[in-house]
Amino acid sequence: MAVVDPRNAGIRATGLTKSYGSVRAVRGIDLEIAPGETVALLGPNGAGKTTTIEMLLGLTHPDAGTVAVFGASAESAVRSGWVGGMLQTGSPPDHLRVRELVSLMASYYPHPRRVEDVLRIIGVSDLAERWTTKLSGGQAQRVRFATALVANPDLLVLDEPTAGVDVEGRHEFWEVMRGVAAEGKTIVFATHYLEEADAFADRIVLIARGSIVADGSVTEIKAKAGSRTVRATLPGVDLASLAALPGVVGAERHGDAVVLSCTDADAALACLFAKFPEVRHVEASGGSLEEAFLELTAEEDSTRPAEGDKS
Amino acid sequence: MSATHVRYEILRTFRNRVTLGVTLALPLVLYYSIASGNRHATSSGIPFPLYFMTGMAAYGAMFAAVSPGAHLALDRSRGWIRQLRITPLRARTETVAKVLAAYLVALPTLVVLFLAGASLGVRLDAAQWLEMTGLLLVGLAPFVLMGQILGHVVAGDALVPAVGGLVILFALFGGAYGAFFNSGTMLTFVKLLPSFWLVQAGKAALLLGDWPAEGWIVVACWTAALIPLAVLVYQHDTGNV
Repeated sequence: MAVVDPRNAGIRATGLTKSYGSVRAVRGIDLEIAPGETVALLGPNGAGKTTTIEMLLGLTHPDAGTVAVFGASAESAVRSGWVGGMLQTGSPPDHLRVRELVSLMASYYPHPRRVEDVLRIIGVSDLAERWTTKLSGGQAQRVRFATALVANPDLLVLDEPTAGVDVEGRHEFWEVMRGVAAEGKTIVFATHYLEEADAFADRIVLIARGSIVADGSVTEIKAKAGSRTVRATLPGVDLASLAALPGVVGAERHGDAVVLSCTDADAALACLFAKFPEVRHVEASGGSLEEAFLELTAEEDSTRPAEGDKS
Repeated sequence: MSATHVRYEILRTFRNRVTLGVTLALPLVLYYSIASGNRHATSSGIPFPLYFMTGMAAYGAMFAAVSPGAHLALDRSRGWIRQLRITPLRARTETVAKVLAAYLVALPTLVVLFLAGASLGVRLDAAQWLEMTGLLLVGLAPFVLMGQILGHVVAGDALVPAVGGLVILFALFGGAYGAFFNSGTMLTFVKLLPSFWLVQAGKAALLLGDWPAEGWIVVACWTAALIPLAVLVYQHDTGNV
C-alpha cells in the first residue's frame, strides 16, 4: 500500500459558503493550493477574504463546503501545529514581555524557530523586555509578525499582514517572508495592496462579493481582464464601423481622436490598419494590474448587497 | 501539555498587581475593622473572630478563584482568545493553567486571613487549621468554574460588575459578612449555596472536624453542574468580541 505524505496534499477548499445573517460573505469558493505555493487573496474590503481565511484556519465553520489542509480538517491541522496564522485584528495578552510572548507562541508548536533568531530577524531584539502593552502601533505589528514567524508552520496564513505598516516596514516584512517561502513553506495572505500581491505572490486569487473572479499568475489576471485601450487619430470615421472591428468592444470619439476599448488589441490593430490606412498616432496601452483589478471586481456592482463588518 | 503556557498564565495572574492587591487587602481590612471590636462575641455558635476569619477568607478566596478565569473576558476583548484558537494549544492545558492560577492566588488570601485571625486570638490546633484549609480549597471549586464561565460569556467591559456582583451576592447569602440567615426558608436556601459551606469551614473544623454530608453534597452538585456548563461555553467561545 502506498503511503502518501499528507503534506503533499496542500490545501483544498470546495464549495465554501458562509453567511452572516442576510449578508452572504462567501458564496461558493473553490480553491486548491499546492504545498510551497505563495498565494495572495486579493480583493476590495468586504470581498470575503477574511471569512475565507477564517474558514481555512478552522475559526469559522462554513455553512456549506469543506476545507482540507494537508489532507486533514482545518481544525486538526491547526491542532497538529501545521498551520500558523496572523489575524487581522488582535493585541497580545497583557502582563507579558515581548520575549515571553514570542517564547509562549513558540511553546505551542512542534518545530518552532529559535526565539532569539526571530526577535533579531524581525528587528525587535531591543524590545524583548518591553511589556506587550507598551508598544507603538508599528512595534506591536512587528511583534505580531514575530509570533507568526516563530511558530514555523508548514502553512502560514496572514490576513492583511501589512495593514497600517509604513513602506519600509512592509519592505522588511516581505523580505522575511521571501525567506520563509524559499524554505518551501506554503503562504496564503490576504491583501488589498495590488503591489504586494504583484510583487510577492506566485499566484493571485481575486475575490469580489464572496466569489473568486479570477485565479492565476499576475500576467494571466491582467490578460483575463484584458482591457487594453487603443488610441488613434482618425478624423471623420464612423464610430459604428470601428466598434464592429474584431476584438473591439467599445469606441468613443474625442475630437479627431478615437479611443477603442479592446479585448484583443492585436486583432483590433491589424484590422484597423487594414481598413483605415489613413490612421495616425496609434498607441496601445493599459493592462495594468490595477485596471484588471478594478474591471474584474467592479462587474455587477448594482447587485452588490449591503455589506456587514465581516469581510 | 505546554508547561510554558501554564507558567506564563500563573505569572500573568501574579503580575496583575491591582487585582491581587485588592483581593488580598480588602478582606483583611474588613476583618480587622469588624472583628477587632467583637473579639469576645460569638456568631453561629462559635467565637466571632473565628467565624469572621473564615467568612473573610472565603470572601477573598472567592475573588481570587473567580478572577483568573474571568480574565479570559479581557483576553477575548484583546483578540488573544482568537489567536489561541489557531494554535495547537489544547483546552485541557488552558483549563489546568486557569485552575492552578486560581488556587495559587486563593492560597495566600487564606493564609493572610489566618494570620490576621491568629493575631485576634483565634487558636486552633494544626489538624484543625489544615482541616479548614482543605475544606476551603474544596469549596472553592465551584467558584473557579464560575470564573471560567464568566470569562467565556461576559464582555470585557462588563467583567468588573459581573465578578463583583457574583462574589458579593454569594458572600452575603453564604454568611461571609455575618450569619444573617439563621432560620426558616432563608436558611434552607442559603444552605444550598457553596459559599455557605465555605464560610462554615471554620465551624466545621472547630466542632465537627468535617462538613456534614449536606455540605459535601451541595459542593459536589454545584461542581458537577458547572463542569459541563464550563465545557459548553468554552466550545461556543470562538473568541469573537
